[in-house]
Amino acid sequence: MSRLTLTQAINAGLRKAMEDDPKVVLMGEDIGTLGGVFRVTDGLMKDFGSHRVIDTPLAESAIIGTAVGLAYRGFRPVCEIQFDGFIYPGFDQIVSQVAKLHMRTHGQVRMPLTIRVPFGGGIGSPEHHSESPEAYFVHTSGLRVISASNPQDAYTLLRQAIACDDPVMFFEPKRRYHAKGEVDLDADLTRAPAMGASRVVHAGTDVTLVTYGPLVATALDAAKAAADDGISLEVVDLRSLSPLDYGPIEESVRRTGRVVITHEASETLGLGAEVAAGITERCFNYLEAAPVRVTGFDIPYPPSKLEKHHLPDLDRMLDGVDRALGRPNSLSGLEG
Amino acid sequence: MLEASANSGASPQTGIHQLIAADGTSVADGELDPFVADVDDAQLVRLYSDMVAIRRIDVEATALQRQGQLALWPPMLGQEASQVGSLRALGGDDFIFPTYRENGVAYLRGADLAGIMSTWRGSANTGWDPYKFNMATPQIIIGSQTLHATGYAMGLVLDGKETLSIAYLGDGATSQGDVHESMVFAASFQAPVIFFCQNNHWAISEPVGLQAHVPIAGRAPGYGIPSLRVDGNDVLAVLAATRWAAARARSGGGPSFIEAVTYRMGAHTTADDPTRYRGVTELEEWGAKDPIARVKALLQGRGKLDDDAEAAVARRADAVAAELREGTINLPDPAPLSVFDNVYTTEHAILDRQRDHYERYLAGFAPTDGTTLEGSRS
Repeated sequence: MSRLTLTQAINAGLRKAMEDDPKVVLMGEDIGTLGGVFRVTDGLMKDFGSHRVIDTPLAESAIIGTAVGLAYRGFRPVCEIQFDGFIYPGFDQIVSQVAKLHMRTHGQVRMPLTIRVPFGGGIGSPEHHSESPEAYFVHTSGLRVISASNPQDAYTLLRQAIACDDPVMFFEPKRRYHAKGEVDLDADLTRAPAMGASRVVHAGTDVTLVTYGPLVATALDAAKAAADDGISLEVVDLRSLSPLDYGPIEESVRRTGRVVITHEASETLGLGAEVAAGITERCFNYLEAAPVRVTGFDIPYPPSKLEKHHLPDLDRMLDGVDRALGRPNSLSGLEG
Repeated sequence: MLEASANSGASPQTGIHQLIAADGTSVADGELDPFVADVDDAQLVRLYSDMVAIRRIDVEATALQRQGQLALWPPMLGQEASQVGSLRALGGDDFIFPTYRENGVAYLRGADLAGIMSTWRGSANTGWDPYKFNMATPQIIIGSQTLHATGYAMGLVLDGKETLSIAYLGDGATSQGDVHESMVFAASFQAPVIFFCQNNHWAISEPVGLQAHVPIAGRAPGYGIPSLRVDGNDVLAVLAATRWAAARARSGGGPSFIEAVTYRMGAHTTADDPTRYRGVTELEEWGAKDPIARVKALLQGRGKLDDDAEAAVARRADAVAAELREGTINLPDPAPLSVFDNVYTTEHAILDRQRDHYERYLAGFAPTDGTTLEGSRS
């Protein structure tokens, strides 16, 4: 086992994937000489050469679009989009081409792209550097969508994503980039949990708290705080946002009867809406209360001085837990 | 083997129009001279003073970032001549579409210094009213503003106006599809727009040769847009080139493109570490082409910058620094509920409900310091 930060784990995952398969190439802005603005690709150009770690001109549409061409040619491109808010020039290529080519060609062409996106807020950045655009991609059929919350998952999920013959959007919680954890660098990929599997990361009995990416750590803190209050939270890390793995959530909700879903992205049509609907369909007779969403507001990401008000924190999560439990909460006395 | 080649052909230091050489001597240029024939020594002192003032903004803002008063700052060190020369060629009715690095332009346009800094402090997404200063808010999405400038210019044609718009962009932006599309539209509709490209040689860690294999100014004629390549560290050459482009725009000549060849002497932003990707030799080479030093040498050579004049320039820079520091440190934090402001022009049932809920939530924490939660709910 090695103790690595999230960035080091992703770096190690990229390195392993490149060693294992000569068709894996990395593409992105500032990923070569600089090693990426977050240093995720540090040292890879030196070790693998500038023909496999490609500093591209500044054009996200071209990064994705040329990756499509490389994939046609049998390569496995791993594209880095520098910041979440910079992905939209590449959105057309992702939605109209990457997601659809396998179906369009009757399965004859595969698009094994991995598109890495540092996402989410909490780092005091200017506009376009703190967004959570994952729902756009979950809504786009043909894409698999992943979000790792810790170094071990990041290492494993990234290798699985690159090995996957479908295109994978890989969302990295940038505010957790420096969080450390134990990583088994020699783990056998075939014995690892499936890429699409969600996981209970904290066992509990009273309320199921579902989240992913940057808020998993916050949810675990919330579980500790709730325990001091005598409330037992079960925390589920989705890991895969598309497809959603309802297994562990269903199993949990059948025991707790109460579910809170939390994410940084806006509420309307976010993952919380999907999980709430899916759980209601699957566990209606087990629910003791309506599913609760604790999310970012339906606003463009605010200036950094205000981001603490937008991002769900431990207190807002616990307020949502109180709501699910029917205890006094900020909405007591209101219907919804 | 596929290798992205950073081709030095993108930025040969030849074929560049210049009026003031790096050592401060005057250079004759038949094309540019007529556009600055009226610039006397007194005006040159004002341009010099502008450059000294905005360099001071850069120094002060960098210090404030280091002191934790700003979240981030994008230095403009070395690009003062490009910002001053281009801005001073414009009329007040001409509309500017800047990038995040045109903070000197914003100051010269009249924007409040603390307002400019509010964006970099994280207090606001913008620090001025675009319509008050005829200047759009700083664009962070690379190249996007070139389309906005083109559309604004199309509107000027539709309205029968004789003003123009100007898009600031960098060398990296020229790789973006938006910039290509804006030049197509500008040519198709003969829009009175100036594409003012500061080739500062670096897009974060990527050299200009990765973006272009020929001088960037050479691209514009392919769209049917005349272009000029000028010394971006020569305030007079930049002023002349921008006046050339402005004259074309005002007389129905349509779009123009200027490549101002300059150099980003500082980091991309205060979060960047350029020692990881560029050497000191290049910095020294460009340090010797300083935009301010050459004007100072020229004026001193003519005996037009005496101690009194220098003292006046320094007083202005000192005042700018003091105002910037004082204003920035005293910027109030935005009120919590202002996160809900201005998402829509009128009420929105879902968002209004979220606001009400969050207000109730915050009330549960009962602020004891007298601060207000209020945004400016419409």
